[in-house]
Amino acid sequence: MAAIAARKLSFTYAGADKPSMENIDLTVEKGEFAILTGPSGCGKTTFCRCLNGLIPNFYSGNLEGDLEIDGISVKGKSTAELATRVGFVFQNPENQLFSLSVERDVGFGLENLGIPREEALERVQWAMEATGITSLRNKAPYELSGGQQQRAAIAGVLAMRPSIVVLDEPTSFLDPKSAEEIIRVIAKLNRELNLTTVLVEHRLDLVSRYANRVIVMDKGRVALDGPPSEVYGDEARLIGIGLPRVTMLFHLLRGDGFPVGTNPITVDQASEEIRRLLNK
Amino acid sequence: MISVENVSFHYPGGAQVLDEVNLQIKDGEFVAIMGENGAGKTTLVKMFNGLLKPTEGKISVDDVDTREKSVAQLSRDVGLIFQNPDHQLFAETVTEELSFSLRNFGFKEDVVQRRVTSLMNTLDLDRYSNSSPFVLSGGERKRVALAAILAWDPKHVIMDEPTIGQDYLQKDRLRNFIVQLLSQRKTIVIVTHDVEFVAECKPRIVLLSHGRIIGDGTSAKVLTDPALVEKASLVMPQISSLMGTLQDLTPPSDIIDAYSAREFLSTKLKHVVGRKTSQGS
Repeated sequence: MAAIAARKLSFTYAGADKPSMENIDLTVEKGEFAILTGPSGCGKTTFCRCLNGLIPNFYSGNLEGDLEIDGISVKGKSTAELATRVGFVFQNPENQLFSLSVERDVGFGLENLGIPREEALERVQWAMEATGITSLRNKAPYELSGGQQQRAAIAGVLAMRPSIVVLDEPTSFLDPKSAEEIIRVIAKLNRELNLTTVLVEHRLDLVSRYANRVIVMDKGRVALDGPPSEVYGDEARLIGIGLPRVTMLFHLLRGDGFPVGTNPITVDQASEEIRRLLNK
Repeated sequence: MISVENVSFHYPGGAQVLDEVNLQIKDGEFVAIMGENGAGKTTLVKMFNGLLKPTEGKISVDDVDTREKSVAQLSRDVGLIFQNPDHQLFAETVTEELSFSLRNFGFKEDVVQRRVTSLMNTLDLDRYSNSSPFVLSGGERKRVALAAILAWDPKHVIMDEPTIGQDYLQKDRLRNFIVQLLSQRKTIVIVTHDVEFVAECKPRIVLLSHGRIIGDGTSAKVLTDPALVEKASLVMPQISSLMGTLQDLTPPSDIIDAYSAREFLSTKLKHVVGRKTSQGS
């Protein structure tokens, strides 16, 4: 059973003259780490809004096709019901945190679900450990750095024990080092908990090495889908996604006529390939 | 010129945000202010148009102390585009948003029309002229906010995190636009975490950490200094890291972007490997 299965999924916002998302056929298996990327307005946010029921529950319009989460159709499900299956992390953690302490914030969703206190405490403890914020439990969210806030937001989502987590550019407000730390936390959770992860991201330099799959959307459709090194070809560049800079370098060298091999995703891969070419 | 002399700042009852900062930004210069979350970057640029006044020290813009002018007066020369466009946008349509300040500054209606049309064109906003800014995406709203400030043609343009939420093509467009503004002798100051964007634009970098300036120099110098990069919570550009692994090829130290790396590697590779001709890419 797939974690996410979209079949001919289309959506047109009320008042819009054309669909924002058209005929999406997409299956994400349990435990995958998929990057979802594409130019502004490509439909990736619209797709994500379907995953947690914001479409059609909060955004009116015309939804066609079907979407199943863990084999269950989202049709007729409320956003609250879906929230226990699909956890969301947003760009700006400040919009997601509001309690007086980290611990309360992490437990907020559980309280709302009416989870018994003992179990809730256990889950909060577990989520704080998994994200490495146990020592911050009594701090107020506004006392934390951006990276710590984002960890707290992830912990809050994790405590709900979702089977899928969707992160919408979770690092864009963070300095590069904190951003790397957050991505590592996400990769670790994906690996250790087999947590299906959909990461919406423009900054592919940072995230590509952790993902097994990149889905590129363009003009409301899925344009490319596969492992990073295969997806980061000429078509991806023409669509206008921000390829990792080492990948871009290899595109340039290939364009100059040098027989470079597959597209590197990381610095080490690029370095090895250059040495191979130089016979060094 | 923007001149920062011995400036310290703390919010009332709060911790020290800036600590004896000295900085001079010349007319027509392109400067990126970088540093960890909470380093004091936004606080510093909010002083450039007088939104905040230093607790100690002095900020002057074009030789006038910012304490002697109102924010409205200073804004005519210093355009500050906030990190969050929603703190700035209010009008019902993009066209109105862009025209508002121009009318306020008393520009004639034909000038207003001309400027608004040209800006919408340059920033790829024309198709939204009659849309409400609030139905646009985050990246698009940021461009509206930028256009609204540029409409009145300030001499110094300050952008707080202009690349957040922008895809690659829009960043490329922004980069070209900055080049265009620089050619008009405007001062451009950006606050950013986007190392790769900076590596491609190559501004002077002022590095802040815990309210102090810890580094100031060319992009190549600052971004390839491991100690500075670490201290300011940055990472090196991917291409610099790659060059770091190829030190035996003795690459010049200023290679921080894919285009200069290509030039360097081409010269190395063409002696060793055959080059296929007429291969398209």
